[in-house]
Order: sequence, then C-alpha cells, then structure tokens
Amino acid sequence: MKTRYSFGGDEHIFVEVDEEMSLDAFFKSLSMTNAVRESQIRGVTEVCPANASFQVKFDPDVIHPDDMLKEIQSLEAAAEKADSVIKTRIVEIPVYYQDPWTHETLMRFRERHQDPNSTDIEYAASINGYGSVDDFIKAHSGSPWFVSMVGFVAGLPFLYQMVDRPRQIEVPKYLRPRTDTPKLTVGYGGCFSCIYSVRGAGGYQMFGVTPMPIYDPQQEISYLREFMCFFNPGDIVKWKPINRDEYDAAVEDVDAGRFMPRMADVTFDLEKFNADNDGYNAKLEEALNGH
Amino acid sequence: MGIKVHNPGLATTIQDLGRPGYFHLGIPISGAMDRFAMRAANMLVGNDEGAAGLEAVFMGPELEFTSDATVAVTGADIPIKLDGEEQPGWSSIAVKAGQVLSFDFLRAGARAYIAVSGGITVPEYLGSRSTYAIGALGGFEGRAIAAGDELPTGDDAGPGGGRTVPVELRRGPGNPAELRVLPGLYWHRITETAQKNFFDDEWKVAPEADRMGYRFRGGRHLDFVEREQPFGAGSDPSNIVDGCYSYGSIQVPGGTEPIVLHRDAVSGGGYFMLGTVISADMDLIGQLQPNTPSKFVRVDMDTALQARRDRHGLLDKLRAALD
Repeated sequence: MKTRYSFGGDEHIFVEVDEEMSLDAFFKSLSMTNAVRESQIRGVTEVCPANASFQVKFDPDVIHPDDMLKEIQSLEAAAEKADSVIKTRIVEIPVYYQDPWTHETLMRFRERHQDPNSTDIEYAASINGYGSVDDFIKAHSGSPWFVSMVGFVAGLPFLYQMVDRPRQIEVPKYLRPRTDTPKLTVGYGGCFSCIYSVRGAGGYQMFGVTPMPIYDPQQEISYLREFMCFFNPGDIVKWKPINRDEYDAAVEDVDAGRFMPRMADVTFDLEKFNADNDGYNAKLEEALNGH
Repeated sequence: MGIKVHNPGLATTIQDLGRPGYFHLGIPISGAMDRFAMRAANMLVGNDEGAAGLEAVFMGPELEFTSDATVAVTGADIPIKLDGEEQPGWSSIAVKAGQVLSFDFLRAGARAYIAVSGGITVPEYLGSRSTYAIGALGGFEGRAIAAGDELPTGDDAGPGGGRTVPVELRRGPGNPAELRVLPGLYWHRITETAQKNFFDDEWKVAPEADRMGYRFRGGRHLDFVEREQPFGAGSDPSNIVDGCYSYGSIQVPGGTEPIVLHRDAVSGGGYFMLGTVISADMDLIGQLQPNTPSKFVRVDMDTALQARRDRHGLLDKLRAALD
C-alpha cells in the first residue's frame, strides 16, 4: 500500500490509501478517519471514508490547507499499527435475482451495454467463468460482503466480497451510465456490489432487487426510525436469494410495518479473517443464524 | 402567512445555504447554487442570510402572497413583475396580501433567487430546509414546487421596499466564463499533453447542466497515462476504485466531457477527477447557460485562498451597504 495525499481544491484533502481495493486498505482508511475525528483538528467540517481512500472537508478560513495536510499525515503511522477489529453487525438481505423490473430497465438501455445480446447477469456470469446464471447467483450469495463505503446517493452501500481475490467477481460498469435504475436494485461494478437506495442514474450492472428499503427520509419504517440511512461502513451483508412469492410477501410485510431484517451483532477481526476466509465466514453466518 | 404557487416555473426549489455533515452517507450539501445571490436576497428582506428562499432556474414562477411581506429577487437578470408592474432586481419590494409576483423571459444568467421576509418555513431536515430531490429530502415534500402548493412563510412584513444592492456589488455571470481550477486528485492520470489541452481549449456548457453537475464539451479528448487498471476499479482508464468526490471536483468519464460536480452531486463513485474548481468560483457556475463559452484557468493554492478572501470581502461590503 502506498498512501497518496492530494488537495481537492481549497476545501478538501483527499487521501488514497491504495490504488487497488483490499480490506487492508479499507481498514487503514477507517483507522485514519477515526483518528481524524478523535483528534478534533480545528477546521474539519466533514470526514468521509471510502473503499480504499477517504476525504476530509475543512474550512480554509480556520486552518491553512498545508497545516491540515500535515495534521492528517501525522496520523498515518499510528493508523498502520492499529488493530483491525471492529464491533459490527451481520444483516441478511433478501434478493429477488432476475426480477422483471431491472430486466425491463436493462432492456431499455441495451445500447449502452458491452454485450447487448445478453442480460447483465448473463454477461457477468459468463465473463467471470460461471457455466450458468444459477452458479453465478450461488457465488454472489454464497459468502458475506463487507460494506466498505456508503455514498453516491443517500445511504447507498458499496459492498466488497469476503473471499480470496481469485474468487472475487469483477465486472465493468456500463459503457455509458443509464439515466434510470429501479429503487433497491442490487448492482455490480468493478469489484463492488451495491444496493441503489433511490431511483436514478447508475452505471452498475443490474442483477436483481431487494424488497427491503434501506433509506427512508420520512423515517417511518421501523428499523429506520432512528436514522434515515440503514448502512454504515463496516456492516456485513449476506444475500438471501428469494423467489417472486417471497418477494411479494416481503413487500407486503414492509408496507404493513412488519418487516424486520434478520441481523446479529458480531465482532470482525481482519487478521483472523485473512488467516482463513471461509472458516471465518462460516462463524459469521452461525451468528446470523443464531447458533 | 404563505405563498400560493400559481405556476412553478421550470424547476423551482426551496433552498437555503445547505446541509453539511452527511456527505459520508451520500447526502449532498445541497443549498443554493449561487449562495452569494441567495444571501443578498435574504439581506434585502431583513432575513438571516441562511433563511430558506426559492431558487428558480431559467423560468420564474408565478406566486401569490397571502399576507403583507417584503420580497427580493437576485441572481439571474429576469424581468420581475408585481401585479404586472415591472420591479427592480437586487432590491426589496413591498408586497400586499393578494398581490402576484411573476416573471418575463430570462435575459442573462440561469438562476434567480427569491427571498421573502420571514423566510419559507417548511420543516428542517438534518438542519436544513434545502430540497434534495433525488433523495426526496427537505424542501416542499422533498420535491420541486408545483402549481397549487401553499408554501408556509414566517409572519414578518419585513423592511418594505427601497433597499437595493449597489450595482458594483452585484455579481453576474461571466460570458465567456472563466473558472479557476486547482489541479489535483487524479491529475497524474492524464498525459502532459492532455493536461495542457484541458486549460488551452475553449469548452462550452453542455445541455446537461443541473444541480448535480455542469457538463462541458467542445475541448479535445483527454488521453490517459497508460497503466494496468488497479484491482476493483473497472476496465476503463477513467475508472478508479470508487472514492469520495470533492465538491467542485471535475470528473471526465471516458476522457471526453468534463463534469463539475455541484451542490446535489453524488458523494462518490468510480470516475477519476483531474482537479477542483476553487471555492470562490462555485457560485458563478450556477449562473451559466448552456452553450456559454468557458475556459478553465489553472491557479495555485495561494490564488485560491486569496480569491476566497476577496469573496468574503465582497460579502462584508454587501452587509455594510444593507446594514
């Protein structure tokens, strides 16, 4: 990892912890953003962690950009040595893969796609070497995912697959971004899965849709009453494939205020995870399943 | 105490100075695209500078006032009418209950700011009344205003007419526009020739120019320094591992059309950025019409900070003039 610092105009410092994505880069970025918050550097207005980078917004009337840069750089050495252990939660998110709504949308934008003759998920399965879409869905939903960034639009999680690199799925983004994406689409771009929290533009491949709202500006949904966005960096997600009937039932539950995602509190230890991905994931899933 | 919307105009939204603090969750700062004009309008009607008013783009709305008030319109040059009678811009206007404010065709600029004494008092969300339409947050029911809406306002008749911003303190759009840029972020990703071309070429504001971002076209394609794409970024040379976008940063998807990210921009994503428009020039962008010839001007940090001080100085003069 090689950390690169840059100014984003006179109000931001951008820190790229690593050019490429890894959980090690994420944890170093997380440690540094926590350190920036804790050290209460005067003039800091926003601290935004991302996948393998982060950004600090500050008021240059309060602190000179060069001084802010020095303050942040001084935190790097300690962040490198910090324990990569966090208290977090694992959440089961139902996904209706190959649903009619994302299908309708992807057909409308076929001319912006790498392979106009297949669907997004067929294309992703094929370029990642899977013999069938079913096998691909098994791989996508077979291991947990780590929320390595929240952003783009309100409350949208970027998710990083918790398997060794040879097994990680990688797909390109659309050749030109779409102007429309159904709300709650489960998407994929680069090495990241995401859930589109709202309807709007998007460039990720579309695989399916979840019935579970993750953003509610009215804060009426039971699990979004405390705050309008569901996800935080560090959350762990396990996809659960569901069919049309299960999807409809879940939507009905959401509308009736009965839906509650299955989740459990867990501790994540990067070192232990790195030593044995699959064994560690099995333990996380045991916590989710309550045994 | 309110405003009846007879005609909303094209895309008129309630805005204040914005909603900082939630960018790390993808909720953008929002707020007026031309904060100088918004502040001036508020000062004219005796409001706090951060009170909520209306931002109208390209076309003015038609509004009926249900109580006596003071209003002011700043920003774009657009003929202002009260019950059909022309009124001055950048000035306070006394309004009686039942009178109707309307507008003729825009003459210059892109966004007009309408402040009303007492401010527009829709509920605050996360500390701001600004509309973030994509997230259905803030403003009037999370959207642009529509015919038939009744906007609540503070119960304050305000100072009445006759206050005006001296002409030398009004800030209009430049044409051609000059936007000062501090290179940075992923500046090293494009070739030296591309770096030079970006500042040498004349660009034009593209039709896709809104609160999320302003797109520019007409300059040469920006070539990238060759590299093997890092894991997780995606295959296009303009792709990066998804990161945060700075407010005012300039992304160039595919190396073709630069987009300056503005107040409702997405908070992050997977396109490289070559630098950032300096904070002092961000207000100018919201007044640019499509097709306006534009130049990006390379500056250093000292120039950016001096420009920021100059902008504060201008605001201080404005406060003194209207005190």
